Amino acid sequence: MIPRGARLDPRLYQIAVLALLLAYGALALDFDVRPLQCGAILATALGVQLACARVAGIRNDPRSALISALSLCLLLRTNDLWVAAAAATIAIGSKFVLRVRGKHLFNPTNIVLVLLIACTDRVWVSPGQWGSAAYFGFLVACLGGLVVTRASRADVTFAFAAAYSALVVARSSWLGEPMAIPVHRLENGALIIFTFFMISDPRTTPDSRAGRFVFAAIVALVACYIQFRLYRTNALLWSLACCAPLVPLLDVVLPGRRYAWPSLTAAPAPGGSYEALAGSHFARRPDLVVR
Amino acid sequence: MKRLLALTSLVVLIWWSADTLSAFCGFYVCKADTRLFNKASQVVLVRDDDKTVLTMANDFKGDPKEFAIVIPVPAVLERGQIHIGDKALLDHLDAYSAPRLVEYFDENPCTPSRTRDTIAAGVGVGGALLKAPAPRSLDTLGVRIEASYTIGEYDILILSAQESGGLETWLRRSGYQIPSGASAVLASYIRQGMKFFVARVNLKEQAKLGFTFLRPIQVAYESPKFMLPIRLGMVNAAGPQELFVYALTRRGRVEATNYRTVKLPTGMDLPVYVKQEFPAFYRAMFDQQVRLNRMETVFTEYAWDMGWCDPCAAEPMSASELGQLGVFWLGGGAALPQRAGSGGSNVFITRLHVRYDAAHFPEDLVFQQTADRTNFQGRYVLRHPWTGTESCDAAASYRSALAMRAELEAQSLADLTGWNITDIRGRMNIVATKWWQRIW
Repeated sequence: MIPRGARLDPRLYQIAVLALLLAYGALALDFDVRPLQCGAILATALGVQLACARVAGIRNDPRSALISALSLCLLLRTNDLWVAAAAATIAIGSKFVLRVRGKHLFNPTNIVLVLLIACTDRVWVSPGQWGSAAYFGFLVACLGGLVVTRASRADVTFAFAAAYSALVVARSSWLGEPMAIPVHRLENGALIIFTFFMISDPRTTPDSRAGRFVFAAIVALVACYIQFRLYRTNALLWSLACCAPLVPLLDVVLPGRRYAWPSLTAAPAPGGSYEALAGSHFARRPDLVVR
Repeated sequence: MKRLLALTSLVVLIWWSADTLSAFCGFYVCKADTRLFNKASQVVLVRDDDKTVLTMANDFKGDPKEFAIVIPVPAVLERGQIHIGDKALLDHLDAYSAPRLVEYFDENPCTPSRTRDTIAAGVGVGGALLKAPAPRSLDTLGVRIEASYTIGEYDILILSAQESGGLETWLRRSGYQIPSGASAVLASYIRQGMKFFVARVNLKEQAKLGFTFLRPIQVAYESPKFMLPIRLGMVNAAGPQELFVYALTRRGRVEATNYRTVKLPTGMDLPVYVKQEFPAFYRAMFDQQVRLNRMETVFTEYAWDMGWCDPCAAEPMSASELGQLGVFWLGGGAALPQRAGSGGSNVFITRLHVRYDAAHFPEDLVFQQTADRTNFQGRYVLRHPWTGTESCDAAASYRSALAMRAELEAQSLADLTGWNITDIRGRMNIVATKWWQRIW
């Protein structure tokens, strides 16, 4: 039974939605993803999470690792199993290594995709793989998640969606293009995944609401610059990776309360410790726990 | 940054001097004078880093005086960036990458041995194109002739324009029949700082060279944009158009980034009678796949290392032929260079086929080169039954399995094409049986 006042951990909903999207992509959209590759990513991510948790001496929580692994299954394309396994290792490892003031510096999936695309000749991302047929289904599922979980970081999702849409529409208007063009660009499953599951990662967004708005606007602006001025693909991924180092800066300029994942046992038992509540090892300090 | 702005991609616009705006590069089809896909275009895109060589096929059959082509380009092209190619190269590329029928002949089941397979047929496309007349500079319209060349049988102008109305008027006064919607489309390309490449046939040069057909035009440019513009060709287009893209790259398969790219169904066993009507089968199958994918998809018909094929619908292109198509990283040897460390040649071909209209493809096609070197081909299989009269246990079970095999082939054909299963069974002389008649 869910205790009164507790919130459902948004990660559980995310895991369910990502798993559904993966099943839909593989079965209905003919994704270039082999079950063996998904298995390798999932097994490696969970294994590395367990190993890192042991080394760090903290409780193992597979939820975040599962989200990263499912995101990699959805986005990462390679013909080499070892590359898929290496991607999962780097993604989970980056959470433990690349940290500033107790926060992840990069979204794990984002940084590993950008790194592997930049440094190897074996990886690609297919932004067109979703088409626009199931767009509204995606949207409803993702928006539903925000409602169901009352995600406190939905503001960054909405701010990014608004800023990016405004920029795409403004550019098309300036060029005199029909509205069908910006609408087609925005009706993209890859954009939805990015907006709801990547930029919204509470571990890598600024602590304050103002900071998150600024961050979302910058990411949208840089993404448009990369896509429409540098003409590079996967502009959203590159933009987030480039802008992520701004987050510690924004946290200094616009400080706010640090986020921690809510838990089904969110309200501490009398005499209990906050550590037991934490969905992840970052919530060991009481001040990091959202109550 | 200004350079990046200027280095936008290449757009091709073709006008007929008559009353219609043609497809991106219109073309007619196929072997044995069969028209396979109407209103279609063929282009070769050679791409590595930011360098692109674009070849447009052309087998325009009308009066050469009526031919003209207008191509928005990223910058003023120098004479050396424009070349007139050889149509035979495109025909070879088409034949090499065409979807294919493969035949197998069942052996005597009493004395089994190796099976033979041969290519039964390939569905090629074939080039064709365009036309229109010639212009003169009118500064008052904001249109300027930046450069002027005669290359091969073509007179070529590079124009710049300040606004679409001026360019449209200039083209109209020069004899081009511009549909009303073209102006709005031109405007967006002008705002991106593009120039316009205009080519028409120089009749004297053509007579001197002795060609009775128009050869493909090739342009080389450097731009981060990897795309093909289709919007201009859709202005006033009556119905959907076909586009075949042969992408030649160093790393691997090419796919669209702003539309789904899917592989066509392949590898199915089909009734033997399909051999006589493979073009009709292929057209029906493509129609069916377009319908199933709501006409929102780019189809991969072939993706293969250019160094080999199996089975071969035509021999792979030689290094010399690829060089002429603009593959600039070969190094000048007679054989295709191998990829470092991974085997295979360093040229990979992707053949994409897209049927598009403005409602389903609102924006230009944007591509990316992937690291995927998995070979794929559109391949359909005919299995000729053994017709011997020997008898043995194996022959008896072979014969009893043939009826089931024929039924499965009929169902495959019906699924792929949407053809009526009863008609197919009739063509195959399949006698309908009750389910219980097949038990004992």
